[in-house]
Amino acid sequence: MSKKVSNTLKRVPLHIVIVGLCIVWLLPTFGLLVTSLRPFQDINETGWWTVLSPRDPEDTDRPRLTLNNYQAALVGYRGRRTYAEACLVENPDPSCTGTGLLSSQGMGKAFLNSILVAIPSTILPVLFAAFAAYAFSWLDFRGRQFLFVVLVGLQVVPLQMTLIPIYRVYTQLGLNGTFLGVWLFHAGFGLPYAIYLLRNFIGSLPRDVFESVYLDGASPWTAFFKLALPLATPALASLTIFQFLWVWNDLLVALVFLGGTTPVLTYLISNMVTSLGAGWHLLTAAAFISILMPLVIFFGLQRFFVRGILAGSVKG
Amino acid sequence: MTTRVVPKIMKQGRLMPLLFVLPAMLILTFFVVYPTVNTIGLSLEDAEGELSAATLCIEDQPCWGIFENYRRVLTDDVMLRAFRNNALWIVLMVTGTTGLGLLIAVLVDRVKYEPLAKAVIFLPMAISFVGAGIIWGFVYDYASFGNQTGILNAIVTGLGSKPIPWLTRGPWLNNICLIIVGVWMWTGFCMTILSAALKGVPAELLEAARVDGASEWRVFWRIIVPMIMPTITVVITTMVVNVLKIFDIVYVMGGGRPDAQVIATRMYQEQFVKYNSGLSSAIAVILILLIIPVGYMNIRRFRQQEAMR
Repeated sequence: MSKKVSNTLKRVPLHIVIVGLCIVWLLPTFGLLVTSLRPFQDINETGWWTVLSPRDPEDTDRPRLTLNNYQAALVGYRGRRTYAEACLVENPDPSCTGTGLLSSQGMGKAFLNSILVAIPSTILPVLFAAFAAYAFSWLDFRGRQFLFVVLVGLQVVPLQMTLIPIYRVYTQLGLNGTFLGVWLFHAGFGLPYAIYLLRNFIGSLPRDVFESVYLDGASPWTAFFKLALPLATPALASLTIFQFLWVWNDLLVALVFLGGTTPVLTYLISNMVTSLGAGWHLLTAAAFISILMPLVIFFGLQRFFVRGILAGSVKG
Repeated sequence: MTTRVVPKIMKQGRLMPLLFVLPAMLILTFFVVYPTVNTIGLSLEDAEGELSAATLCIEDQPCWGIFENYRRVLTDDVMLRAFRNNALWIVLMVTGTTGLGLLIAVLVDRVKYEPLAKAVIFLPMAISFVGAGIIWGFVYDYASFGNQTGILNAIVTGLGSKPIPWLTRGPWLNNICLIIVGVWMWTGFCMTILSAALKGVPAELLEAARVDGASEWRVFWRIIVPMIMPTITVVITTMVVNVLKIFDIVYVMGGGRPDAQVIATRMYQEQFVKYNSGLSSAIAVILILLIIPVGYMNIRRFRQQEAMR
């Protein structure tokens, strides 16, 4: 046997282990996707891996794959038929009341709510953090170093520690159940990590660049907007993605400060899990709708995502 | 600490830097510093946060005065169970994610499709705990008879055994099943950081050892692991903090079972189900006491890094 062949053979176990791990890692999500596309009668009778195997002749009028679950999840229909059969006819089913694209029990509205929560909750902390990070890097003020050390320490303060007092203050201010309350909370909580990450990046930009613009008579504002921000774009992108996904995937803050009045995706799904009545066909479709956004961001912007993790790695 | 001096030319008087820093500092003070202090205060008071916790004491019963809430937390069965569960989470999830992350980082380093394999392992990181809860709830699905639609029980029954109620058989199995979900989600995180550190190990060093006849096993334990030890430490401390705060998986998948509680879910329950801010604040304070050492380590590491800049 030639050396090359024996070398390749030696590597076979390596490939088996890696590919095996990848399959194990993908299988649960793949199962979710397949399940969400099957008619609910099938979901409760057979496993998703049987989707292509032969069926009972009586069931053959049912399609193997369907988008009905997604439709029902989006409009919040929780009955036992398909939404089109039950609700889009002359005498709709009683279980159709309160369904529709803007229904508060539908994923459509929740998706919108999630976006309305996530975008300002991302922009606010990134903006404030950029200002602060610039000052920590290139401006001189008293207590600069002390404050930054405090910031590093604050990164580990658990969310749980702050919930109760803020909840009490919000109750007095009437901010419970409002978007503004959630935006501000996420901004406050995202700041320590955001400042830390941006300061590491902005602080490592070459000093000569800043010196020369100052010599040319630029103010710190000009230096910040015209120089620091554009140069820090990669770090800003990483941070934005990170913060966006953090907020998008958050359950606890949404649960406490928004609750059922303006349900976001995570809240609605966890509610569907704990309250009976939503079967696997709805849960799987709903779950896939909620992870759609992260998946798109992940595949589109993976580079920035990974960089964000490498730059800080103390968020949570 | 840092010796990085701001050039004299950039000193901007007193007002200008404040304008940059103040907005962030105000928000931080209100949302992080004030609540932390306030929570400590609430933990020494009764359920409504009005009277001192000492008033909760009952005559002839053990009492810790204003620390009564702490006594109750630390002697309550469900709470002690939650501490034990959280400890189990830390041991299994931190070793699981770090170990698997390191193993995968080392393995994929040797194949051409490294980026693809890493993307697959990393993927769950982008998904919410809630989404993961559904995904795995379906994997662990259990039917006491008939067809199994959960893949694990389909395998178990296919092998001729009885189906296993993965998520409801306490106190070990259900916790371990939840921890597996955590490992699935966070291994990619550890792998990414460890993989970056791995690329920093000089290739000549590894080559030299291999030429000298060292086995791969020896190369890994004697060269790679010591070289990336600082990064492994960072990953472990980060994961310990993350696992101490774990909430969503247990909230969504644990089904509120007393034998599957952790610190954060207990805290949530006391505050938002039982409306006892004294007890829940005490739990929060205990949580931060457990985390403070890690915060201190972070600061120390940060200062060392700054000194090297």
